[in-house]
Amino acid sequence: MPGIKLSEKTIGIIQQVCSDFRNEGSELINVLHQTQGKLGYLPAEVQEVIAKELNISVAKVYGVVTFYSFFTMIPMGEHPISICMGTACYVRGSEQVLAEFKRQLSIEVGQSTPDNKFSLNCLRCVGACGLAPVVMVGDKVYGRVSPQMVKNIISEYKEGCASEAKSA
Amino acid sequence: MEMINLTIDHKPVVVRKGTTVLKAASSIGIDIPTLCYMKLDDMNIENKPGGCRVCVVEVKGRRNLAPACCTEATEGMEISTHTIRVVNARRTVVELILSDHPADCLICAKSGNCELQDMAHHLGIRQIHYEGEKSMYREDTSPAIIRDINKCIMCRRCETMCNDVQTVGVLSAINRGFNAVVAPAFEMNLDHSVCTYCGQCVAVCPTGALTEVDQTGAVIRALADPTKTVIVQTAPAVRAALGEEFGMPAGTLVTGKMVAALRRLGFDYVFDTDFAADLTILEEGTELLNRLSAYMAGDQNVKLPILTSCCPAWVKFFEHSFPELKDIPSTARSPQQMFGSIAKTYFADKIKVKRENLVVVSIMPCLAKKYESSRPEFAVNGNPDVDYALTTRELAHLINLGNIEFKSLPNEEFDSPLGESTGAAVIFGTTGGVIEAAVRTAYEIFTGKPLPRVDFEELRGMDGLRKATIDFNGTPIHIGIAHGLGSARKLLEDIQAGHSEFHAIEIMSCPGGCIGGGGQPYHHGNAEILKKRQRAIYSEDRNKTLRKSHENPYITKLYEEFLGAPMSEKAHHLLHTKYFDRS
Repeated sequence: MPGIKLSEKTIGIIQQVCSDFRNEGSELINVLHQTQGKLGYLPAEVQEVIAKELNISVAKVYGVVTFYSFFTMIPMGEHPISICMGTACYVRGSEQVLAEFKRQLSIEVGQSTPDNKFSLNCLRCVGACGLAPVVMVGDKVYGRVSPQMVKNIISEYKEGCASEAKSA
Repeated sequence: MEMINLTIDHKPVVVRKGTTVLKAASSIGIDIPTLCYMKLDDMNIENKPGGCRVCVVEVKGRRNLAPACCTEATEGMEISTHTIRVVNARRTVVELILSDHPADCLICAKSGNCELQDMAHHLGIRQIHYEGEKSMYREDTSPAIIRDINKCIMCRRCETMCNDVQTVGVLSAINRGFNAVVAPAFEMNLDHSVCTYCGQCVAVCPTGALTEVDQTGAVIRALADPTKTVIVQTAPAVRAALGEEFGMPAGTLVTGKMVAALRRLGFDYVFDTDFAADLTILEEGTELLNRLSAYMAGDQNVKLPILTSCCPAWVKFFEHSFPELKDIPSTARSPQQMFGSIAKTYFADKIKVKRENLVVVSIMPCLAKKYESSRPEFAVNGNPDVDYALTTRELAHLINLGNIEFKSLPNEEFDSPLGESTGAAVIFGTTGGVIEAAVRTAYEIFTGKPLPRVDFEELRGMDGLRKATIDFNGTPIHIGIAHGLGSARKLLEDIQAGHSEFHAIEIMSCPGGCIGGGGQPYHHGNAEILKKRQRAIYSEDRNKTLRKSHENPYITKLYEEFLGAPMSEKAHHLLHTKYFDRS
């Protein structure tokens, strides 16, 4: 098993989330959702604690984590980038946009940059099909994105520009 | 009870509310084909994910076809089970499954016993009209079980056994869509997981996705090696099931033919694990009595209840899940390992063969026995006490390879001395048997009086959890019995919580005990077969002259010549073991 040792504090956070849901196995999805919200991702060690707290098998927890694309086992970057692959975005070229992000950041989908600044993911429809293709960076939505715009989007979040980007 | 009226293929049927269409049809003799569905009656085991869609039927007024295994019958329903639409759908479903299946049936370990192959034959599939991506998942080999996930059809039966019945929780469906597979957490290999190798997943797998590690080749090589003396031991449950592999009815006892077949295969001595079962009773029974006497003398430190330790899957289960209870089970090794240990010391000396040149093969109803024989504590300088543990199914393969006409073999007797046994030993093969054998011996030693009766009906049966109180001449001894690891878990949780009132508990991992082991001929979901095997076991016990382990004269001789007394230092060294915290 990968060897991350969880701190007492992290274990405490997970246990708190589980007890907020009465340690019920049927609340697994909610527990995973909240835990990922607090820790950013769900590595194997975290899933083991959750399984123990909810008294279900680790295999079951892992099954749910791998079923839903929302859950991730690798840490998300400081600025998680999500490219919509919904039907509308796809037909308007989100695949090319994704390819450009991969090229610029030199990472694959589901990976983070070595400095942990960016991570790359796909998602299915954010409900802004009129703006297709859509890219999200953190909570900010970019519409009608073309491959040519990718470089500028990334540079908004490079050193020193983050605050500016937030106010935009 | 509310009753429901419906028609199936124009025949009227009345069923209880809640009955599925599949069961309603079967009640009037209409067999709807199924693939993923599995039900083991009496054990409350049912798998009906409605995943494969082979059992679809047409329901009048409903737009889509409905899976019969998980559609409830409703009032006035009109069902058709073999319209052209239904038959085409079934064929399409099976063709789609086959389009992502390695077509290596000719050389597949499951060939001839595969439910997918049978289904393709049943539906007359001659062409696969679909071509697409094929799963390319790595093969996972462990000491006992091989997972070849490319042959998995996602029926989820293994998951039902592993999670709901055994509560081991190793296997789960992971990932999504085409990439979905059944795997242990984090897709680790089985030998890194908490798998107990009980083999119940293998026992119910419809295809070749889960199979046993085949050691027949190694055994054939040993038999052909002139420098080796090869001896074999056969577990009690094997004789009650082996005949099924040769078309004999379930429950046919084939002890004599099995011995004859093994002799023809070239084993130098054909011995019986039952001999070691008698030995187990003397060791385990003495341990029980020692603990009982200490407890009654007021010793607060004594560990009760004592738990049996014959079942290697159960041992691995508590080592993983209940390590804090590892001092409670008897330290007695399993009969397989006691046999190996005695064979490679006492017997090897007797026939003047060096340990390295003596090959011990065991025939077991079990997959976990393969793992058990590979545990390092059961080897001396890297030479294992038991070299190879074959399943009942593997023995049948060997017999076929040896061109032996099994059914027409004469009945032959085991060799002496490690082939002699009592009726108490043969019942080790069924749930309730080990503890009944222990009671027969412990009673007489404890009370100093002969048993008023040999049969203890109160310890027998098929319920997952049973309890009985046996009167040891004024001292009530409370006994618990569990088969299936899910039932065992309940008893263990009671012990942990301090609620257990038992003095002794027998645990077997497989439903039914060893007769339902993961290495037995496939029962294909027919629980009646297990009951017939159980009856065969008890009938062999009844037909034995000696039925109490301590009356086995060859065991007495073994103690006189070699071991001294039960629980002696030598017995401790050769016949007992210790357990490890694997949590």
